[in-house]
Amino acid sequence: MTESVLRLDHFNFFIGENQILNDINLKFQRKKVTAIMGPSGCGKTSMIRCINRMNEWVKNARVEGEILFYGKNLFQMDPILLRRKIGMVFQRPNPFPTMSIFENVIAGYLLNGIKLSKTDKERIVEDSLRKAALWDEVKDGIHRKGTFLSGGQQQRLCIARALAMNPRLLLLDEPTSALDPKATSHIEELIIELKKTVTIVLVTHNIAQASRVSDFTAFLYLGELVEYGETTKMFTVPEDKRTEEYLTGKFG
Amino acid sequence: MKKSSLKIRHAKNYLFIGIIGLCSILLMIPLILIFYQLITLGGKSINLTFLTQIPKSPGESGGGIYNAIVGTTLLVALASLVSIPLGILTGVYISEYQNSRLSGAVRTCVDILQGTPSIVIGIIVYTWVVRPMSQFSAISGGVALGIMMLPVIIKTTEETLGLIPMSLKEASLALGVPYYKTILKVVIPTGFSGILTGILLSISRVAGETAPLLFTAFGNAFLTYSIFKPISAIPLLIFNYATSPYEEWHQLAWGASLLVVGMILLLNLVAKGVTKR
Amino acid sequence: MSLKTIKNTQQKERLFQSLLSASGVIILVLVIGVFITLLIQSMPAIIAHKFDFFSHTTWDPVSGQYGGLSFLVGTLLTAFLALLISIPFSLSIAIVLGEYLTEGWIALILKTAIDLLAGIPSVIYGFWGLFVLAPWIRNLEIKLGVLPYGVGILTASLILALMIIPYAASLGREVIRLVPAELKEASLSLGATRYETVRKIILPYAKSGISAGFLLSLGRALSETMAVTMVIGNSNLLPTSIFSLGNTMASVLANEFSEANGSIYISSLLEIGLLLFVVTTIISLIGRRIIKKMSVHQ
Ligand SMILES: Nc1ncnc2c1ncn2[C@@H]1O[C@H](COP(=O)(O)OP(=O)(O)OP(=O)(O)O)[C@@H](O)[C@H]1O
Ligand SMILES: [Mg+2]
Repeated sequence: MTESVLRLDHFNFFIGENQILNDINLKFQRKKVTAIMGPSGCGKTSMIRCINRMNEWVKNARVEGEILFYGKNLFQMDPILLRRKIGMVFQRPNPFPTMSIFENVIAGYLLNGIKLSKTDKERIVEDSLRKAALWDEVKDGIHRKGTFLSGGQQQRLCIARALAMNPRLLLLDEPTSALDPKATSHIEELIIELKKTVTIVLVTHNIAQASRVSDFTAFLYLGELVEYGETTKMFTVPEDKRTEEYLTGKFG
Repeated sequence: MKKSSLKIRHAKNYLFIGIIGLCSILLMIPLILIFYQLITLGGKSINLTFLTQIPKSPGESGGGIYNAIVGTTLLVALASLVSIPLGILTGVYISEYQNSRLSGAVRTCVDILQGTPSIVIGIIVYTWVVRPMSQFSAISGGVALGIMMLPVIIKTTEETLGLIPMSLKEASLALGVPYYKTILKVVIPTGFSGILTGILLSISRVAGETAPLLFTAFGNAFLTYSIFKPISAIPLLIFNYATSPYEEWHQLAWGASLLVVGMILLLNLVAKGVTKR
Repeated sequence: MSLKTIKNTQQKERLFQSLLSASGVIILVLVIGVFITLLIQSMPAIIAHKFDFFSHTTWDPVSGQYGGLSFLVGTLLTAFLALLISIPFSLSIAIVLGEYLTEGWIALILKTAIDLLAGIPSVIYGFWGLFVLAPWIRNLEIKLGVLPYGVGILTASLILALMIIPYAASLGREVIRLVPAELKEASLSLGATRYETVRKIILPYAKSGISAGFLLSLGRALSETMAVTMVIGNSNLLPTSIFSLGNTMASVLANEFSEANGSIYISSLLEIGLLLFVVTTIISLIGRRIIKKMSVHQ
């Protein structure tokens, strides 16, 4: 059995009176891709936001239980350090409008006041953009504002921005929902490439995508973890009836 | 429905458009009259002497308003020094802590401050600053104008930051950037043009203010650069010269009026240009 | 990243947050300070003339008589007269810009005119009023056979009206724009004319916001100082008609504060300042609350 990077232990999440996540127990394996699936509103985004402690910026939000990152409860760690180790790409692209493409990629360094030499900067920017399959499209206008890019390009820029920090864990919230099929397959190849070095949590609605790139799948329904297992197994013989209905397109 | 009643309804409709259109156009008349007066009389007196010399004694022609131009510049600079940082920080505070009791109270105070008569601010600053220093001064005038600038800066900052999508702040926080750096390096720069607009508008609001300066900056017929002495300002000069019996001073006052209106319109224009960008 | 830098960051974080709250507290203290200062400073006057300050009209600092009634009357008279004169104009412009001409070059001209009027400092309104408007009013007064001062209550009200029109008009325009398009369309689709839609749907919906705009502009008129001081004639007698000379609370402050000597004299003036502050505070709080409620309902 491979070691787990991240483990949710009796994890509950509330916003005001509403319980968004209910007693989740889940392990994420090292250097594997775990897909999180489930119908809209079931709490997928909420879950990965909690992993990056972004729940702290939601009004009236409250957590119970633990999330362990390399065995340590991440709610007791320094959130700033934690977030530098856990990269996150949001459902909607959010490049910084005041920064150029170049600056956006190294925004994590710039904003944190980490000094880089010029060559380091250029290397990190090129590497990250290449990894995010954006380099060829932007290399000639790298000092233009990031907001001029198309939605799909913006999203890849956000992926590059997360990758530039060399995270150990990468949280992707429906990263391809705004992309065309070609860019989507780029990102999927990228995910497969990346899992050699980082652990990935991928929220997706796309069943085919989950089966193509993920090793494990967790199925959430109304805030509860219904089923978890190897993707191939779960997609061929789902144990739970709700999973089966979702996979066959009965709802969602 | 009868045909005649339909006609009446249509007639009423057109009559209404006519009336409100007429009322709107009528407002142009005083506007044109004021600008006609400003440009014809004011334009005559604006020249190099006007901009570079101090006023002559009553009865002598010539002289300029250099002392008042220096005074207004100094007063606005002093006012900006404190009110810009304080205003931005307060604006950030009320937009970031929307649910706290204190921020609700602060917001109410900003509304009150915006409605406070400028003459009241004048007498307050007189009591707080002029009386303890037992001297009219540029400092006290700067304080008075600064207080008047605050609500404008605070409100525009709050409104601007309110328009910045949450996702941007999250993108920065998710990169492990501390909250204070996120505000200073992502949120404020993103809202920069809005905040700048607020600052320009607040300056244009106080550049023409007279009432708060009556008992603070007080006015000075001579040139001074000292912040501890009474100092002139363009609007003060307009008031004093307009209500004087001397024709030459009226001339200077018209010129000063044109100058100040031009400055204010320019500031507003720049502010608008900044917003568009 | 070392433990030391983390500590450092946490310290800065806390510092920044306290800086933010501190600036909020400064604003709070500032406003409360204004009120308390006015209250304390006007205490001697309040004690000296109990509550008859605003019940008699003789204001004669030399003989120690401080009756503020004529200022109160002068203030209310000019402000309400100005409001009355301004309403047809500001309402028309608000409807034109809010409903009829939301874009296009005529709207642009009208909007620019409003902005220009709003940008002119009050001292220049006073100057213009004194040199251009007052002579006209004098001619009118000669024709009517009243004492031809030129300056006075009427002149002040006209200037004030001109000054508050842009303010009320732009507030009104904003609330009219808040009226949902579906409501207007529903009314028009039922066969109502544009005028009927404005009168029966738009104005009732925007009523509270428009009244708030008038209330706020009344507040402006009550507290306006320079323009009024220059054209009202500065007489401490009780005005008897709209052609009388007069003084408002703000104008008497502007005229007499720097010359006031004697603690009761100064204190009486500050009492006027206190009243002005309290009244404008109440007006702006009510006005803002109504407007906020309207935009939240949206
Ligand atoms: N800030 C918030 N305040 C209140 N409720 C919220 C908030 N954010 C999310 N929720 C609620 O939490 C539940 C889960 O939301 P979440 O965004 O995690 O869903 P999701 O699975 O990511 O959906 P989707 O597939 O549409 O992105 C939803 O019912 C939503 O209404
Ligand atoms: Mg989601």
